[in-house]
Amino acid sequence: MKKVITGNYTASYAAKLCRAEVVPAYPITPQTSIVEKIAEFVSSGEMKAQYVKVESEHTAMAACISASYAGARTFTATSSHGLVLMHEMLHWAAGARTPVIMANVNRALAPPWSVWADHTDSISQRDTGWIQFYCESNQEVLDTIIMCYKVCEQPDILLPAMVNMDAFILSHTSEVVDVPTIEQVDAFLPRFEPEWKLDPDRPMSFGSLSPPASFYMEWRYGIQHAMDLAAKRFLDESRHFERHFGRPWGGLIEEYRASDADAVLVAMGTMASTAKEAVDQVRAKGRKVGLVRLKAFRPFPSKELREALKGAKAVGVMDRSHTFGHEGPLFSEVKAALYNAPKRPAMAGFTIGLGGRDILDSTVVGLFERLHGVAERGVTKEVEWIDLRGAEEEVAR
Amino acid sequence: MTAKGGKAAEAGAAGGGAKGPKKLPMSELELMHPGHVGCLGCGACNAMRYALKATGPRTIISVPACCWAVMPGNFPNTCFNIPHINTAFEVTGASLSGIRAALDARGVKDVTVMGWAGDGGTADIGIQSLSGMVERGTRAIYVMYDNEAYMNTGIQRSSSTPVGAWTTTTPVGAIRDYKRAPKKNMVEIMVAHGIPYTATASIAWPKDLIEKVQKAMQVAGPSFIHVFAPCPTGWRYPPERTFEVARMATQSHMFPLYEVEHGVYKVKQVKKETPLKDYLAAQGRFRHLTEDEIATMQTNVDRWWRTLLARERATAELAPSP
Repeated sequence: MKKVITGNYTASYAAKLCRAEVVPAYPITPQTSIVEKIAEFVSSGEMKAQYVKVESEHTAMAACISASYAGARTFTATSSHGLVLMHEMLHWAAGARTPVIMANVNRALAPPWSVWADHTDSISQRDTGWIQFYCESNQEVLDTIIMCYKVCEQPDILLPAMVNMDAFILSHTSEVVDVPTIEQVDAFLPRFEPEWKLDPDRPMSFGSLSPPASFYMEWRYGIQHAMDLAAKRFLDESRHFERHFGRPWGGLIEEYRASDADAVLVAMGTMASTAKEAVDQVRAKGRKVGLVRLKAFRPFPSKELREALKGAKAVGVMDRSHTFGHEGPLFSEVKAALYNAPKRPAMAGFTIGLGGRDILDSTVVGLFERLHGVAERGVTKEVEWIDLRGAEEEVAR
Repeated sequence: MTAKGGKAAEAGAAGGGAKGPKKLPMSELELMHPGHVGCLGCGACNAMRYALKATGPRTIISVPACCWAVMPGNFPNTCFNIPHINTAFEVTGASLSGIRAALDARGVKDVTVMGWAGDGGTADIGIQSLSGMVERGTRAIYVMYDNEAYMNTGIQRSSSTPVGAWTTTTPVGAIRDYKRAPKKNMVEIMVAHGIPYTATASIAWPKDLIEKVQKAMQVAGPSFIHVFAPCPTGWRYPPERTFEVARMATQSHMFPLYEVEHGVYKVKQVKKETPLKDYLAAQGRFRHLTEDEIATMQTNVDRWWRTLLARERATAELAPSP
């Protein structure tokens, strides 16, 4: 059934449709309406879940992990400071191999206070062992949550996953979303029945001390192995998804007019929508430009990127976060992915849209102009902060 | 268990009577097996053994960073015959809420969920998630086994370290930098939450400890038990004196045994009283204290004991609230 709903409500519907059994939740702007809606679903009896009213995000994630250990399907949602407060438990969830699924509304970190779109919160959780997706539309939020449960709960995967959407741009914007019936989702997504769990009939210890010569390193390798498998499994399940629901979910990246492009931008989240508009504008003037949107940040789609960017002369990466003392983290990752490619394009990094600074189509058209310069004359400035209020040397004062 | 058995238990725990060791009148079921790696004379070891005798096999236990994070043995070994998870230092309360929610979601009613955390993990870093769990009303037993310092990291003061104690971070030194702040009273903090059941217990009174855990199992909501668990390594006494030290702590009123059930206080009277100075003298961690300092401590211990008795009298007439 088609509904006009916000990104936040879409995440709530997804949790309900996937029959999340335990939802430990804590409010934070701009995520709050996700957990409010779930509370409403539970209190009305529409959703049979244990809604655990926790006292912090750290506890929300800890409760998810323990509930998952005990064999329940879990869901939570957070944003910004809530996500970074969870940091320790994010590592724990992956280490414990508990397939917790979480919606994160990408919001900037203070100070100064900002509640607007920025990817620093989730990008800085890069090394926690979580699968990470960045969505471009509300439909994608819904479909990706279903896909994450489907893949992450498989016995050879058992990894947690974070489904990201940009603050306000998706979280509070209503779009048409094709919401499947719960029976349709039931037929796609089996009940969560982990092989190992906290069970008095089959007692075992989880997470015990593992000295250097024991199994710690092998356990870590297991996470990497599961990430590699997950990259393939998402593609397999994407085919099932399309057959089952009658719409595509796609792959780990999305290409937009990139196959014959000389200059290609790489972006994540809703920036990509604006960039697609800019691609069309620049193409209309006869220039061959394109876009590659990363949907998955972990597992990182290196192979797909190499293939998608093999013909490009210049590649620009749009980062809605920054690694201070270096450059945009996505820029680093894309460069690294292309390093061993047979033919490497010239590359430029654009730090853009921090703290919700609006990214206009005209700004992105400007990025393509820079890329043409890069293609013709080589890289003169590797990293550039876009749309600063004044020259770089002035604003830092 | 009979009253006679109860006496035997306490005599047994005290190291045997004149007629030789007596059999403890407790379940012979052992859910904690030999092979743990705790120190010689570890009080927390006995606390766990007794508590699991009380709960029986249909129990899930969640253990944060503490001595007991290490004691069950290295992966893949375990001394437990119950399901057990290791959790992060500060999340025991959160973990209990999560486990109980999962069991409720699956309609499992007959399983006891027990958190097992040290004093640092409870009174310091974990107090938020404990408070949250109790306020939410999670049906679970939270046991704080109290060895009165961060013993797993090697004897650093916690907020549960008693006044006067030496630790590696209250090293006395030239400026008499011993633990100056009073011991945080977790049971009273639990009372302030309106918790249905909370109690102190001691390894030196195993029958009492087991009965309190079993009482906690019957509670429809949260319960909190503060178990006194002496640590020969950190308290500086010979390992064979663990039960004697535990016994003296209660006999001196340094660690009174009491329970608060729906706001009604009940204090356990033990037969023999011991001067505080004898309890302190049994341990190296108090050896720097002067007579004056000990006299002040004795005054404060007496005040708290009288306060407890007054609370017992004051709440005796209250009908337990539903």
